Amino acid sequence: MTDASNTDGTVAASDRPKGTMEQIIGSFLLLKESPVGVIGMALVVFFVFVAIFAPLLAPYRYDAFLEPFAAPMTTTANGEFLLLGADQKGRDIFSRLIYGTQRVVFYASVATFSAYVVGILMGLAAGYFRGWVDELLSFLANVILSFPVMVLFVLIITTAGASGLTIVFAVVFASAPGIMRIVRGLTLDIATRDYIAAAQTRGENPWYIMLVELLPNARGPLIVEACLRMGYTTITIGALGFLGLGLPPPFPDWGGMINETRSLAMGGFWWMPFFPALAVSLLVLGFNLLADGLREVSLRD
Amino acid sequence: MSDTLQQAEPVKAPPKGEAVLEIKDLSISYFIRAGEVPAVKDFNLTLMPGEAVGIVGESGCGKSTVAMAIMQYMGGNGGIVGGSIKFMGRDMAQMSTEELRQLRGSDIAMIYQEPMSALNPSMLIGKQLMEVPLFHEPGISEDDAWRRAEEMLAKVKLPDPARVMNAFPHQISGGQQQRVVIAMALLSNPTLLLLDEPTTALDVTVEAGIVKLIKEISEEFGTSMIYISHNMGLILETCDRVCVMYSGVAVETGTVKEVFDMMRHPYTRGLFGSIPLPTADKNANPLVPIRGQLPLPYNRPEGCYFGPRCDFFEAGRCDDPKGIPWLTVDEASGHAVRCVRWTEIDWDNYSPDIEQHPPNEPGDEVLHVENMRKYFEIRDSSIKALLTGKKSRWVKANESISFSARKRETVAIVGESGCGKSTFAKVLMGLETSTDGKIVYNGEEISQLPVTRRTPKQISSLQMVFQNPNETLNPSHTVGGQITRVIRKFGVTQNEEEVNKRLDELLDLVKLPRAFKYRKPRQLSGGQKQRIGIARAFAGYPPMVIADEPVSALDVSVQAAVTGLLMDIQRQYDTTLLFISHDLSVVRYLSDRVVVMYLGMIMEQGNVEEVYAPPYHPYTEALLSAVPIADTSIEKREIVLEGNLPSVLNPPKGCPFSTRCPRKIGSICDDERPPFRDAGNGHVITCHIELEELSKVAPVIVTKNPGGDATAPEPAE
Repeated sequence: MTDASNTDGTVAASDRPKGTMEQIIGSFLLLKESPVGVIGMALVVFFVFVAIFAPLLAPYRYDAFLEPFAAPMTTTANGEFLLLGADQKGRDIFSRLIYGTQRVVFYASVATFSAYVVGILMGLAAGYFRGWVDELLSFLANVILSFPVMVLFVLIITTAGASGLTIVFAVVFASAPGIMRIVRGLTLDIATRDYIAAAQTRGENPWYIMLVELLPNARGPLIVEACLRMGYTTITIGALGFLGLGLPPPFPDWGGMINETRSLAMGGFWWMPFFPALAVSLLVLGFNLLADGLREVSLRD
Repeated sequence: MSDTLQQAEPVKAPPKGEAVLEIKDLSISYFIRAGEVPAVKDFNLTLMPGEAVGIVGESGCGKSTVAMAIMQYMGGNGGIVGGSIKFMGRDMAQMSTEELRQLRGSDIAMIYQEPMSALNPSMLIGKQLMEVPLFHEPGISEDDAWRRAEEMLAKVKLPDPARVMNAFPHQISGGQQQRVVIAMALLSNPTLLLLDEPTTALDVTVEAGIVKLIKEISEEFGTSMIYISHNMGLILETCDRVCVMYSGVAVETGTVKEVFDMMRHPYTRGLFGSIPLPTADKNANPLVPIRGQLPLPYNRPEGCYFGPRCDFFEAGRCDDPKGIPWLTVDEASGHAVRCVRWTEIDWDNYSPDIEQHPPNEPGDEVLHVENMRKYFEIRDSSIKALLTGKKSRWVKANESISFSARKRETVAIVGESGCGKSTFAKVLMGLETSTDGKIVYNGEEISQLPVTRRTPKQISSLQMVFQNPNETLNPSHTVGGQITRVIRKFGVTQNEEEVNKRLDELLDLVKLPRAFKYRKPRQLSGGQKQRIGIARAFAGYPPMVIADEPVSALDVSVQAAVTGLLMDIQRQYDTTLLFISHDLSVVRYLSDRVVVMYLGMIMEQGNVEEVYAPPYHPYTEALLSAVPIADTSIEKREIVLEGNLPSVLNPPKGCPFSTRCPRKIGSICDDERPPFRDAGNGHVITCHIELEELSKVAPVIVTKNPGGDATAPEPAE
């Protein structure tokens, strides 16, 4: 009866279209074949989880005054247990790290996502239209990329003032040209495929071709690159915080925490800058390992 | 060759009467995520000194895997799981890594399909060739090695070996690269030469030269050869014996003559039935595709793997789980077949249900092209160009193209790579605009209209089927989504229900299950993808469809099915088909009119019977001679073209073919554009030679009768 079931329109189980969510989950399940990728994934999921449930996980408020200079694993006179110790202002480092996670994960995601939107649109246009559009966009990208990134950040933030929005803007401004170059290269390649010609010969709008026909086929390398880019952005946000250009106090900011306490570390209070630094490293490592794992899995078979 | 060689490698030839290579019950598997995938099962082959054996089969039949196993180079996930390979009487499985390394490239050499990937692009050809004697012959001096390399280049008939020695691979043509690769293989004086589709990437006139060279090698050097190909015609021209493979097993083996004339296995029979031989005719004697599909390697049926596709399948015998044994057909010639029913099948009275059709009656003129030119400008912005004022050069992709196509007619544009046939298709589709001339389609001039400025009606009435099955569909979208987009776009209907109805209708039209609409392209085979490409092109009922090499990437049996389908749909929809191809056999089979192009110019055009018979244009003559034909009763006149295709940047001033033409009459060919000579009935030859002279030329392809006299193969109308 297979023939009949095929022609009357009933759908065999294997032919049923998979939902988008099902596909995404499916591809992440493939990641289990790469140990490196699993470690990366675990680290990233851990930090995202911490970020989402920060108010529930943190034992104290980020600005609560407990006991200044308390070492890790001490209990204060009031019976408050300080897992990672307290800073010079008597705030619990553990709680501050948890709240800091929230900010880093949020701003890194928003900034990377925005940079991608801008970079993808520029890259698609440059690679698809070529000619003067490409020359103009590539020239712009080259000008921006020729600036030292840090100088650019400092310039933007000192002009516009430190806030979440300026950090996002600065990251977009500095990363979009790099993303554009990658997308442009992918576009140049994919645009020569027959299915693009097929879309052109049925008179499709160029932006339809770019966004619907072309972009989905560039997703593989772009997802891997996005993971790496998340790592860079995390470093950037940390560095900005360290330079005092991060989120204004009293909000906890990993970079800011290191900056405030770095002179005290010499005096024996090593835990004050150490744990925030460790958090930055772990999160960046997580993104990098995840990117490696995804690349490894995608190259198989 | 030299004395040093003899000393360095004492054993070069096996003892008399002993095989060079003996493969026994070889089984090879690949190990992937899903588990073990058997690639080859119970493969046997004996190769005697100086013999050439062909392994032929469609893609996925395991022929290349056998070659890799002989080289003992299986990659990370492949392994020999049973049987043995003996080279000169020694079991290769017992050899050490070091011994194998010595063996490869000295006693056994391999030539691959892509010459460019076999050569190091950053090294001089001479240096690369020199490495072979330097590595395999201890004590040879660099000068001697260089001299030997240069001699070998002369032996593989490369013009000007000294210049080639000092060139980089990208500076010579594809055919020359393949000759260099062959020279490199021969430099170590191998006992066994493995050729894996050595000419598949080359143009047919270049291929003819390489095939001739390979035949000469086996005569001159006495090298044993294994020639792997999907092309039966090439096997006939190069080999003594042949082994036909299907789905990982050999199904028939014997001398080429025996297997080609008296094939016994239903698969071999089916394969020959799918090849467009000169005797096939799309209306009276159409090709018979093999029904069904190649089984997946981990999903093969029990018993005979060909069972489910075979008309002679008998339950209980053909599905014996113990497998099918080899049965001897002819002891003397070693003809054997893996079919339990071979004695019972009466091939003489076998007629597969083929439909005969009356020829299409061509209607009114649909497309008229007149003096169309397409030049591409190449801007040179170097300082030298600025100083001399020569800032741009022109690539003349199409030069005065004139022809027309009528309703229901199939017009083929045929030519080798770089002849401008695809550029013409682009101009027609509006992806490029013409530089000069007229293209009138359905009464409207469209040569200057890019697709963005064409009316929806103009766009939907001219659609295209693309070449590469893996690129024709967007891998990110479902098959159904891609077809319904076209249905909506071309305004066939917007009603959801009717769109779905039309989609089902189209899937029925291309004979695919309706449930395929939910599939992504990667879940389809090459032939199925091409069918979807055809369904997409016909979605908006276009009066004319351009098919750019729609079957050249497919296996022969699939090719037959897809061409058959294309012609059925054409009949049903009264479509005009513009068929672009490099394959003269397919073109002869399915077209009504033929346009032969070379370097952007039309060399000859006319009705198919007239173009394939004298008077020929000298280029058509050479092309016809170059095409390998898998029929032992056909005799071809050998014409091998000298030289390379000239660069499109600097084409000859006169006749484009003058640099390679074997019938060149003098300087007039170099200096003046040839005139159009009308042979009547729309048959036009662009040549300086008088028609009368050209008519005297003997036919290139002649059928040998058993009696011995020769007649032209063309059936009388």
